[in-house]
Amino acid sequence: MSAFRTASGGRVDRARRLRFTFDGRAWEGLAGDTLASALLANGVHLVGRSFKYHRPRGILTAGAEEPNALVTVRRDAARETPNLKATQVELYDGLVAESQNRWPSLGFDVGRVNDLLSPLFPAGFYYKTFMWPRSAWARLYEPVIRRAAGLGRAPEAPDPDRYAQRHAHCDVLVVGAGPAGIAAARAAADAGACVILCDEQSEPGGALLDGAPAQIDGLAAGDWLARAVAALAADPKVRMLARTTAFGYFPHNHLGLVERCTDHIAAPAADSVRERLWQVRAREVVLAAGAIEQPLVFPGNDRPGVMLAGAARSYLKRYGVRAGTRAVLVTATDAAYQAALDLHAAGVAIAAIADLRPAAAGVWVEAARRAGIEVLAGAAIGGTRGGRRVSGVTISGRTIACDLVLMSGGYAPSVHLFSQSRGRLTWSDSMRCFVPSQSAERERSAGACRGVYGLAAALADGAAAGLAAARACGFTGIERGYAVAGESATHQAPGATPPAVADRGKAFVDFQNDVTIRDLVLAAQEGFRSIEHVKRYTTVGMATDQGKTSNLNALGLVAARLGKPVPDVGHTTFRMPYTPVTFGALAGAARGELFDPVRTTPMHEVAVARGAVFEDVGQWKRARYFPRAGEDMHAAVARECLAVRNACGVFDASTLGKIAVVGPDAAEFLNRLYVNDFAGLGVGRCRYGVLLREDGFVYDDGVIARLAADRFHVTTTTGGAARVLAMMEDYRQTEWPGLAVWLTSTTEQWAVIAVQGPLARRVIEPLAAGIDLAPSALPHMAVAHGRIAGAPAMLFRVSFTGELGYEINVPAARGVAVWEAVCAAGRAHGITPYGTETMHVLRAEKGYIIVGQETDGTAVPDDVGLAWAIGRKKPDFVGKRSIERAGIRRAGRKQLVGLRTRDPKIVLEEGAQLADRPGIPAPMKPVGHVTSSYASAVLGHSIALAMIAGGRARIGQTLFVRVPGGDVEAKVTIPVFYDPEGARLHA
Amino acid sequence: MIVGGGGHGLGTAYYLAAEHGLTNIAVVEKGWIGGGNTGRNTTIIRSNYLFDESIAIYEHALKLWEGLSQALNYNVMYSPRGVMMLAHSVHDTQMLKRIMHADRANGVDNEWLTPEEAKAYCPPLEIGTHLRYPVLGATLQRRGGTARHDAVAWGYARAADALGVDILENCEVTGIRRGAGGAVEALETTRGLIRTPRVGVVAAGNSSVVMGLAGVRLPLESFPLQALVSEPVKPVFPCVVMSNAIHAYISQSDKGELVIGAGTDAYNSYTQRGALHVDLHTLEAICELFPAFRRLRMLRNWGGIVDVTVDRSPIVGKTPVPGLYLNCGWGTGGFKATPGSAHVFAWTMAKDEPHPYAAPFSLERFRDGAMIDEAAAAGVSH
Ligand SMILES: Cc1cc2nc3c(=O)[nH]c(=O)nc-3n(C[C@H](O)[C@H](O)[C@H](O)COP(=O)(O)OP(=O)(O)OC[C@H]3O[C@@H](n4cnc5c(N)ncnc54)[C@H](O)[C@@H]3O)c2cc1C
Repeated sequence: MSAFRTASGGRVDRARRLRFTFDGRAWEGLAGDTLASALLANGVHLVGRSFKYHRPRGILTAGAEEPNALVTVRRDAARETPNLKATQVELYDGLVAESQNRWPSLGFDVGRVNDLLSPLFPAGFYYKTFMWPRSAWARLYEPVIRRAAGLGRAPEAPDPDRYAQRHAHCDVLVVGAGPAGIAAARAAADAGACVILCDEQSEPGGALLDGAPAQIDGLAAGDWLARAVAALAADPKVRMLARTTAFGYFPHNHLGLVERCTDHIAAPAADSVRERLWQVRAREVVLAAGAIEQPLVFPGNDRPGVMLAGAARSYLKRYGVRAGTRAVLVTATDAAYQAALDLHAAGVAIAAIADLRPAAAGVWVEAARRAGIEVLAGAAIGGTRGGRRVSGVTISGRTIACDLVLMSGGYAPSVHLFSQSRGRLTWSDSMRCFVPSQSAERERSAGACRGVYGLAAALADGAAAGLAAARACGFTGIERGYAVAGESATHQAPGATPPAVADRGKAFVDFQNDVTIRDLVLAAQEGFRSIEHVKRYTTVGMATDQGKTSNLNALGLVAARLGKPVPDVGHTTFRMPYTPVTFGALAGAARGELFDPVRTTPMHEVAVARGAVFEDVGQWKRARYFPRAGEDMHAAVARECLAVRNACGVFDASTLGKIAVVGPDAAEFLNRLYVNDFAGLGVGRCRYGVLLREDGFVYDDGVIARLAADRFHVTTTTGGAARVLAMMEDYRQTEWPGLAVWLTSTTEQWAVIAVQGPLARRVIEPLAAGIDLAPSALPHMAVAHGRIAGAPAMLFRVSFTGELGYEINVPAARGVAVWEAVCAAGRAHGITPYGTETMHVLRAEKGYIIVGQETDGTAVPDDVGLAWAIGRKKPDFVGKRSIERAGIRRAGRKQLVGLRTRDPKIVLEEGAQLADRPGIPAPMKPVGHVTSSYASAVLGHSIALAMIAGGRARIGQTLFVRVPGGDVEAKVTIPVFYDPEGARLHA
Repeated sequence: MIVGGGGHGLGTAYYLAAEHGLTNIAVVEKGWIGGGNTGRNTTIIRSNYLFDESIAIYEHALKLWEGLSQALNYNVMYSPRGVMMLAHSVHDTQMLKRIMHADRANGVDNEWLTPEEAKAYCPPLEIGTHLRYPVLGATLQRRGGTARHDAVAWGYARAADALGVDILENCEVTGIRRGAGGAVEALETTRGLIRTPRVGVVAAGNSSVVMGLAGVRLPLESFPLQALVSEPVKPVFPCVVMSNAIHAYISQSDKGELVIGAGTDAYNSYTQRGALHVDLHTLEAICELFPAFRRLRMLRNWGGIVDVTVDRSPIVGKTPVPGLYLNCGWGTGGFKATPGSAHVFAWTMAKDEPHPYAAPFSLERFRDGAMIDEAAAAGVSH
């Protein structure tokens, strides 16, 4: 056992020794240790280097507020986690940790030269330098600065670990399981409330884990704690979450908690969850998050071996570790005396207590003197000495040798979550810190996090808060007190004003970001008056500890410098997260297939079996083409296109959005919404509908069928299904609540099988029962009910190809069977399955637009040749007034036309820009752009659609398509390339 | 008088003094300068927009960025690290290529990368088919990049101050007084009345509120937009990557933090914080595209109020009130425009006539329907 470990005591398990390495060197610790306590037990104080000056740094704290002791923990190549606080890393057997931000080694770090050059690098130095010559910033200075930046290294391999997420509800959420939190949870649960109690540490207890010299209800504090925790654990209404940090407080008592499940385990099971995000909605919240000890600001306060007094006490009492052999305590409060007395009792020589208060006196001073410790009242601290470890401290001109400096500037309540909830803080003059005043949520703070210190007071405060929270939920609990005996005297714990110090050496305010008093003074000199500006200019409080040990000191210093009271300077905004949260926990299981739901059609597996190549269209997987052996996309699409044009093709159109619009006012509703006339649409007929936004621009399109007087089947684009339904609901609920109409999404209820081509009727005829397919009975744009291949069906005679076409709608579960039946019936006619790419070519040959491809949010119906769709006699429809505006009627708007390249083999790139003359150098103003472009197998040449300024007037003209390496000549045509009369459609 | 001490407002004051010889200029800011969206954004700079009008004004800004540190004698750390925009579908590819071709015609650099080239340019990027939405290609604007947001506000403020501009912090405009003819006469502020014949409102998320003081309603919606940073790590991320389709925007700061843009809340609000699920959605996308970053940790998160127009393009120009000028609607993507916007707005205010680059972005376009719909090009445009 190392010389720094005490013989007994603490919460470590002396029987379980754990091996670990730090920077490659092997050490031993005990179960229950953190990496920090294990290193200290081995006498290791130098654990890191600071951000800017690469100064050697040690362990300042014993908790989440640690700014210095950052390490990378490595399990394997893919499980490397940088920037962990050694004070929070629980030791396990075989743990491998490395220091950061040093090269080549922690002991000898070349970056240290920055410290010697520091007069060149005060706060904000980069704003005023490195600008000349102009090119040098990006080429020279910035790369150098960047290389120096950052702390640990980011992992390079994908993280294989699992993360989980849960939602939970409770009556009372208690954050922090110290005495106040435990009392609050107990009181609330006793009253009947459902309670969640979370704490970021490995076990509940808070300050009690450091061993309080007191009895509660007649038990030693430690025993009381064990009983209280056991009672809570046994209560089915209470959920206790250890290693769980409440990191964010969102509106309406919605809190984010993150639970670390396996980082403390030597060999987690392969399928275990590393971290779990809890989203808790609580009726009432009790914050019992404790207080954070603040450092003092004096020259050399950053040397390894300079530590917060409370942390040193925690290492001793909780971990059985003496942080040094000979210590000096520098304090501005009574609260730190206990640490000196405890260390003294454990055999650490206390060379002196330097009390910065001029009139230090009272029970604590007496107790120290009684123990034989020299107390220097009104001491002035000149600085520390030492290299990689402190070796002495200068007090009022006298140098005292030591290897440990304990410091305490008092405590600051942890008001982070309270402030995140938008509660109002108020400055307490007596305690010199901010405390909660007015809550914004159904929340109350208890114990040290609202400045109520001392065990008895914290227990009482917690019990009262827990009971009040339960009562606010409607429970009737009774008050219950705790009898505390033997508590050490006064426990007032003021936040400190940093003492004025001689301007010698570096006195650090923000340790990690290397912000000194001088930097703050400089910011004030530069004219920064707002604390937010000072923060941003000097980066104080912006390190990975987010200012937990620096903000209050910075504020005091700036206020003093500006000659203002602290509350007038204000405080910076507290933002989530309280401590850093793993991205993985926030992203949860969303990766690969689970990143976004995959939507497949009822016939998906059939397409897979036929070797289809799929494309992503929104969440849908759609078959793009069905290659045969040796075919590329081009060849497959050409074959599929010719099959449809010459015989028959079959296409899965199930992804089209479908909305059932039903009710006595259904026709009126659609009439108001779409540009078309729907009042006059007969039952059994279909119409191509165009939907505009309020501002007149095309929003969606699709065929709408009238199935009955009060029932319409609306189809939308695949991508538009959800937003069209949302728009309909919006109008139904807010604009026309008087209309009797109901909307139901039926997209996934129907399998849609499009059968298209001159032989389509012959394919379907033998399968149809109860439907007359004769053109006179079922003409183009008609719909009939009956059975297809035995399945109840709606049969639409519609076409997006320009050929005779049908779309068979059957219940989704019958899709595969009907598809197979269609294919079997069509075999004799050469039926060919085709995909979206062929669908696009066929529709482009006919000049049918795709909303979102031909249109882009600036096209009105006339621009894309759809003015004919507008119901002329209608008094109104959404967007009507907008399309009548002057700006919309002006000449020169982009219009849909066709393009034919002079070289029939050139397929233009979609998005290519057009000019009316060749060879115009950029910058120039294009006259339009190509929206769709394909090789047309049936026509034997390429085709393209384009949006061109004044396009319809340019038909017959030659334009020039700008492509890299020259212009391509193309002739403007009408946007219909195939069967312009539409004879095939009506076959 | 300029209302709003963000980059656009301070820049306007600077150019009014530096280029138009105006002498009696003040900026009023209700909080502290740069404390609005200027100091809250993810600092992505690019000019590869879709429509000619947008390209013109954003490219004007990009050219100014290139010399801004020297012009202001303050290092704004403009870093042309390249902005890559990913395509995940055929539709994305069509749209990004259209933007690329439009940019090139307008003389703005933009190029197409294959998935492998995209990965070579940004090694942490995953492109493979195990992704839910594999990367099918990307555009790259090499001159795009980032800058240091605070430095932009401070640099303009310092340079304007040197030219005699008064900058009044903690001074909120609470009323706009108009004379008998309707023209602006004075601003009422929390620090007293300020008489002035000419007011430029540059108040971003609060523009509707400020213009409401003069009785002008704006076609704007205000939403909280969030951003977050990771803990600092050694350089791993060489450029800016944006994926509009799956909502991920990421770069690495000079300090080593990964800077990540999230989305807007669905509901209008003036509270400078957003909902948790918006961040979760963003980090899902980041972790999907950059699975090695999963173990990194979110250090800080914040929100700003963005002023969004229906066509996702700004409003820069005159208003129906004589003497009152407006520069707003930059929404989720106006940091990049800061120097260009300030420059043309100063011109517009000084000459009482829209600068040619500003003219298409008039308030009247909403009345007339002459939209410049950049929403089509990007779900959210940073
Ligand atoms: C999270 C986030 C990420 C973003 N990311 C990007 C990005 O990557 N790239 C990009 O180009 N853009 C981005 N933006 C948008 C960009 O930040 C803004 O468009 C731009 O900074 C606006 O600048 P501004 O000067 O107009 O506004 P602001 O900086 O907001 O300035 C307006 C000022 O007006 C003040 N004000 C308001 N009302 C009053 C009043 N009554 N009296 C006095 N003063 C008043 C405000 O306090 C504020 O300081 C992002 C925005 C956010 C919120």
